Amino acid sequence: MLRIVNADLHIHTCLSPCGDLGMGPRSIVEAATRRGLDAIGISDHNSSENAPAVMAAARGKPLTVLPGMEVTSREEVHILALFDGVDLAFRMQRIVYDHLAGTNDPDVFGLQVIVNEDHDVVGFNDRLLAGAANLSVEQVVDAIHALGGLAIACHVDRETFGIIGQLGFIPDSLPLDALEFSRNTSLDQARQRFKEYSRLPFIRSSDAHSLEEIGVAPTSMLLNGVTISEIRKAFLGQEGRRVGLPSRDRRERQAV
Amino acid sequence: MTVREAVDKLELEVMTGGMGLDRPVTGGYASDLLSDVIAHAEAGNLWVTLQTHANVVAVAALKDLAAVILVNGRRPDEDAIERARQEKVLLLGAAQPAFEIAGRLYQLDVRGRA
Repeated sequence: MLRIVNADLHIHTCLSPCGDLGMGPRSIVEAATRRGLDAIGISDHNSSENAPAVMAAARGKPLTVLPGMEVTSREEVHILALFDGVDLAFRMQRIVYDHLAGTNDPDVFGLQVIVNEDHDVVGFNDRLLAGAANLSVEQVVDAIHALGGLAIACHVDRETFGIIGQLGFIPDSLPLDALEFSRNTSLDQARQRFKEYSRLPFIRSSDAHSLEEIGVAPTSMLLNGVTISEIRKAFLGQEGRRVGLPSRDRRERQAV
Repeated sequence: MTVREAVDKLELEVMTGGMGLDRPVTGGYASDLLSDVIAHAEAGNLWVTLQTHANVVAVAALKDLAAVILVNGRRPDEDAIERARQEKVLLLGAAQPAFEIAGRLYQLDVRGRA
């Protein structure tokens, strides 16, 4: 049965060098459920290593956690990758790691903490997760799709690391699944400012790096369960699935 | 100064055949944000960048730039050279980084907007 799913598909953890150290699995799950979210995406920079812990922390809770990552392409474009399970996310992570050079300096970029579901530190990632993978944006999107994942251009309204800022425009031939806008741009504003890209679905996410940011820019979808294929159908407007709600259901215009 | 003189003096690699080499250079612009290049580069400029995505070609064509200098020995993405030939955009390659190339161009009296 179709139901309304409030999603925040782009959330960092304490694994991201720029992520708040308080971004531990149970705290993220608690903040997400408290703010009425039904689904979240865990997307650290170039890594999925904390996604399993957040998924474990959500077990038995009314919250679906999709594992993924925010890949930085060679052009320094951020692409959100989301998958149906950790195995697929880790296969993407393998590809990214194989193209990611450098070692993190925690004093400069911040700690990259790998935790278990109870927020116990189980290790530190010493790769330069703040760096760029030596993969073109096309190669990143193709790799995500080859693993059945969703490829979403991140914070398109931001000049740095947004695809339009970095590349001037979005190539017609790039098979993105959706464009994500930051909390700074409502969907109505995005539809005005970026109307040349109306062929693509628009969503918003928090890109939260700290607990209080979780859910500040949610996206409502009509889905039959939270899976990659259901979200893809919503992006394509298939079988009654959709992004956004009919206007009579809109409690807050800018929230959808 | 023409593009050819810059190619000779900086020992740049011509990646897209010989067209456009005799075009006069109106100035220079260095940036890796393509949106910024669209906003600020001027027709006839030499554009110094490390970006190698095919969108570089589209931006150079849109802005009617004299040539793009890809720095640091970076090679264009596969489809970029092909598209550059179609769009008649001149892609040049430099072994040195952007700062060095911009400095040498400045010594050759190529100027940006002050």
